[in-house]
Amino acid sequence: MDIGAIVEIARQTTYAMTPLVLAAIGEIVTEKAGVVNIGLEGIMLLSAFIAVYVAEVTGNPWLGLAAGTVLGAFIGVIHSMISNYLKGDQIISGLGVNLLALGLVPFGIEAVWHVRGYHTVPPEAKVPALPLLRISPVFLLTVLIAVATHYMLNNTGYGRKIRAVGENPEAADVVGVNVELVQTVATVYGAALAGLAGAFLSIDWLSSITKELSAGRGFIALALVNFANWNPLLALAGGALFGITWTAAEWLKIIPEIKAVVPISLLNTLPYIATLVVVAGFIGVSRPPAHIGRPYKRE
Amino acid sequence: MERQKLIESLYRFAEIMVALIAGFAISGVIMWLGGYDPIKAYRAMLGTSILTTDPYNLAMTLSFSAPIMFTAITFAVGVRAGVFNIGAEGQMYVGALGAVLVAAMSLPGPLYLPLAILFGSLLGALWGAIAGVLKAYKGVNEVVSTIMLNWIAFWVVEYTRVDLLPNPRDPSKTIEMPEPGRLPILLKGTELTASIVLAVVVTLLSYYLLWHTVLGYEIRATGMNPRAARYGGINPERAVLWSFIIGGIAAGLAGVCEIAGRPPHYAITTGLSNLFGYGFDGITVSLIGANHPLGIIPAAIFVGGLTAGARGMQIVAGVPLEMVKAVQGVIIIALAVPGLLRLLKTRLTRGGG
Repeated sequence: MDIGAIVEIARQTTYAMTPLVLAAIGEIVTEKAGVVNIGLEGIMLLSAFIAVYVAEVTGNPWLGLAAGTVLGAFIGVIHSMISNYLKGDQIISGLGVNLLALGLVPFGIEAVWHVRGYHTVPPEAKVPALPLLRISPVFLLTVLIAVATHYMLNNTGYGRKIRAVGENPEAADVVGVNVELVQTVATVYGAALAGLAGAFLSIDWLSSITKELSAGRGFIALALVNFANWNPLLALAGGALFGITWTAAEWLKIIPEIKAVVPISLLNTLPYIATLVVVAGFIGVSRPPAHIGRPYKRE
Repeated sequence: MERQKLIESLYRFAEIMVALIAGFAISGVIMWLGGYDPIKAYRAMLGTSILTTDPYNLAMTLSFSAPIMFTAITFAVGVRAGVFNIGAEGQMYVGALGAVLVAAMSLPGPLYLPLAILFGSLLGALWGAIAGVLKAYKGVNEVVSTIMLNWIAFWVVEYTRVDLLPNPRDPSKTIEMPEPGRLPILLKGTELTASIVLAVVVTLLSYYLLWHTVLGYEIRATGMNPRAARYGGINPERAVLWSFIIGGIAAGLAGVCEIAGRPPHYAITTGLSNLFGYGFDGITVSLIGANHPLGIIPAAIFVGGLTAGARGMQIVAGVPLEMVKAVQGVIIIALAVPGLLRLLKTRLTRGGG
């Protein structure tokens, strides 16, 4: 394999890893505050849809990215209301978001573009790649977000509050931290990043919108959170590892020797098998926040 | 004690009703925003599924209730063991694959159906057991593993459809279940077959298993408190694994019944389009049915009605079929809110006073 091919694989991996890393970093913050959001997949899908719609109507892809992020944040607010204030079931709420997206997105595609199931993003609504490097500006933003989030969690007062709420909400409450508010901020931040990830999928990387667009990436992001041991910088590195399996699957499909032996549909299973193997191998090494997934109720 | 229990059940029932109404109301607003007439849509949907005396429509509603009754058991048994098994979708795919593999063999006629049931439920159980072993013995989050397994199943089955067992007369689907292996049609001209009978029987069996056997007791004890269960001499890992295996069998049967008991195809179609979604619908059914086998039967008929009525809704009001899935999503989000009824009551009285 020549150097050009390696560079090309690396370039494509920056695309494949971006949605996984964005959603994982967001979820790390959410889970550090003790809240679980398994609706990442649904948020990605809904935001992917709204991003195409807004980018097409305005002719401005940046507004599309913003719309996806805002919709993600909005769903985060709903999930926060249910999880943090009403003390509802976080898993059920997340499941509901996923199923809602599975219905609403194909409904929306047909309602807006009058086609069934598949719409291609026109060039003017696409996020332009950076010149020379031919990588997405969203990838650079993702690296920045990873570093900033890591700093925020470990070196700022608010980061300390988030971690305290997820480890021991009673103690945080006693010293005057507004537990529900901190959890809500963390949940909305996480959902907003998942929304950005979805917008990136549709109007940047894949240039289309279908109901299968997110293809399980929201759940792979959940696996990545675990793999990264709730550390944003490790999520960035781990995201490259998870991302390369998607790139590898695409590359293997075009190598004639492989194509002759392994059918394309089976190569598509590669990222999912890799995720299963990785989570099965690494679990037990990592440690989740102590008060995760359970609503905090004052005695 | 009995009275207390009854009041609680009635309360839960009222809460589910409120969630259903919320689901319809919020989805109605979404339809209206999309430029459709929600009243017309709902009237058409319910009028061609549940609120009708037309035997064709009622039969179609029941026919769509069958697969999701099976997949609801998958989710419900998981919840009883304290896990969120959302892998019914993939387990159903491999169950259908098992039936198609049997359909491709040349066998004496009477052997097709029993072998398809055996093979499909075994594959479903195996697929569930992978997530079960990973959960029970490796601590892998079942929400992640089951979704990964769903996608793996999707592509493996799609591979089979395209490369291994394509239908020689129609390449868009697999080999069909031969005539002698098909479940009898209960009402001529409809898709209602004995699938629904099997689904009800298996649901009742799951009730018996959960509440009248030792294994069922162990599963429920583990779900309530794994530590206490272990203290009481139960092996919670084993109970969790069994919940995945039982769930896999149920979902596998859903797949088998779609191959052996769904006219006109009796096969898997392009992109698994005739199977897609039944696994996830089971989650809705289980939650509406309070994760109880006896609640699942009416809940499956309700959600089956949504699916059956979606066609009427599309024809009369022009609303895309998938809207009924969005309705389900809103219902589930509403069901996640605890004490929904109490909340509504305090808001209303506060608003009124």
